[in-house]
Amino acid sequence: MRRYAGIAVALLFFAFSISIFIQLIPYDSYEGSAYHYKNPINGSVANESVPSHYIKETRNETGAVNAVTAIVVEYRGFDTLGEVTVLFTAATGVSFLLYQLHKKMQRREANLITKEGSKIVLPFALLTGAYIFIHGHLTPGGGFPGGSVIASGFLLMLLAYPKFFVNEKRLSYIESISGSIFVIIGLLGLLLATSFLQNFIPVGKPGYLFSAGIIPLIYIAIGFKVGSELSSIVQKLKEVEE
Amino acid sequence: MNFAALTLPCYITVAALLSIGLYGVISKSNLMKIFISLSIMETGVNLLLITIGYIPGGTAPIENANFAKYVDPLPQALVLTAIVIGLSVTALAIAVLISYYQKNGTLEYKEGMKW
Amino acid sequence: MILVIIAWVMALLAIVAAIYAVETKDLLSSAIAMGIASLVVSIMFLVLQAPDVAITEASIGAALTMAVFVYAIGKTRRWEE
Repeated sequence: MRRYAGIAVALLFFAFSISIFIQLIPYDSYEGSAYHYKNPINGSVANESVPSHYIKETRNETGAVNAVTAIVVEYRGFDTLGEVTVLFTAATGVSFLLYQLHKKMQRREANLITKEGSKIVLPFALLTGAYIFIHGHLTPGGGFPGGSVIASGFLLMLLAYPKFFVNEKRLSYIESISGSIFVIIGLLGLLLATSFLQNFIPVGKPGYLFSAGIIPLIYIAIGFKVGSELSSIVQKLKEVEE
Repeated sequence: MNFAALTLPCYITVAALLSIGLYGVISKSNLMKIFISLSIMETGVNLLLITIGYIPGGTAPIENANFAKYVDPLPQALVLTAIVIGLSVTALAIAVLISYYQKNGTLEYKEGMKW
Repeated sequence: MILVIIAWVMALLAIVAAIYAVETKDLLSSAIAMGIASLVVSIMFLVLQAPDVAITEASIGAALTMAVFVYAIGKTRRWEE
């Protein structure tokens, strides 16, 4: 009975969504007047749209070449601080709910290709992840993909060897110190410049590694934090109670 | 039809993923299957956000001397954090489910059951 | 032109994988099908000119979410009801 009601609701929702998506026309470019913001109170129209401002002014104002990276860290940096808080809360919740006093190891072993191959792949995975989050302002990527690639490298080692565990104290130290570095850089912006998370390092020449102000520093902190947090979440689910 | 040629299959995929996930949440009674359907719905919503910001003929929003038109960079900055948050909330829900199984011995959800 | 053909093929694969993930009674196959759907959506992100999001979705949706579900299924039951 519930199955037929579910099918009916799903088909209704599909027809409703398609009838709305048909009316969305993709714009030719965001320079036209359809993207401009219209003030609802007194009806005045802005003379530049938001994506056009971000595309044109990123190279001069921040020194970064990647527009998505500059938006995540420089223009809307406070939302990234909120996201880091959500990640920290989720990792704490998982550690709290799955607490076991005595652990034992699983008994099944992987075959030969997985064991020997994962020992070779792990250093390259760590190096790729570090490259992605250090060059966040020049190439596509940034802190979040870099941390995920590092966690995937550790996941491969966790699957191949039943006795492999990363040291938990070291993971928790790295995670706490990286989160504190993010907040300390923001407070330094409050002391040396005008507001929280403001850029206080001189913007260099665009296209070089040592440029773009505080963007590489914040992304290094975020890369370490996301990598260690996702590794500790996956590792907590592997332990079996005695 | 007034679509660009690339956004039509993407919109159809979004509507299909959302409908299939909604059917899974409503009519299944196994809690693990409900979480899998929720994760499918999250993937569909992320795809919708990026499909809205596509401009035909544009390239990736990285400064390039050969191209003049760029794709909208704002939805990509939003989806970049939404994917990581989706994973962490799913992991927390799975942790609650495992301790629920260790206490009750079953994964089913029936009417009138006490938590 | 070739990008449009790739987008249609990926749309078909994603819909088939999602229907299989919801309907089957084996929870392990359901988790693997969800991983396939995330991987195919990551290729669609690349066709829509978004490389940062494609790297993030490929490594999180296809590897880490599936690992969380497989470990959880190993601790509870594998077959539904």
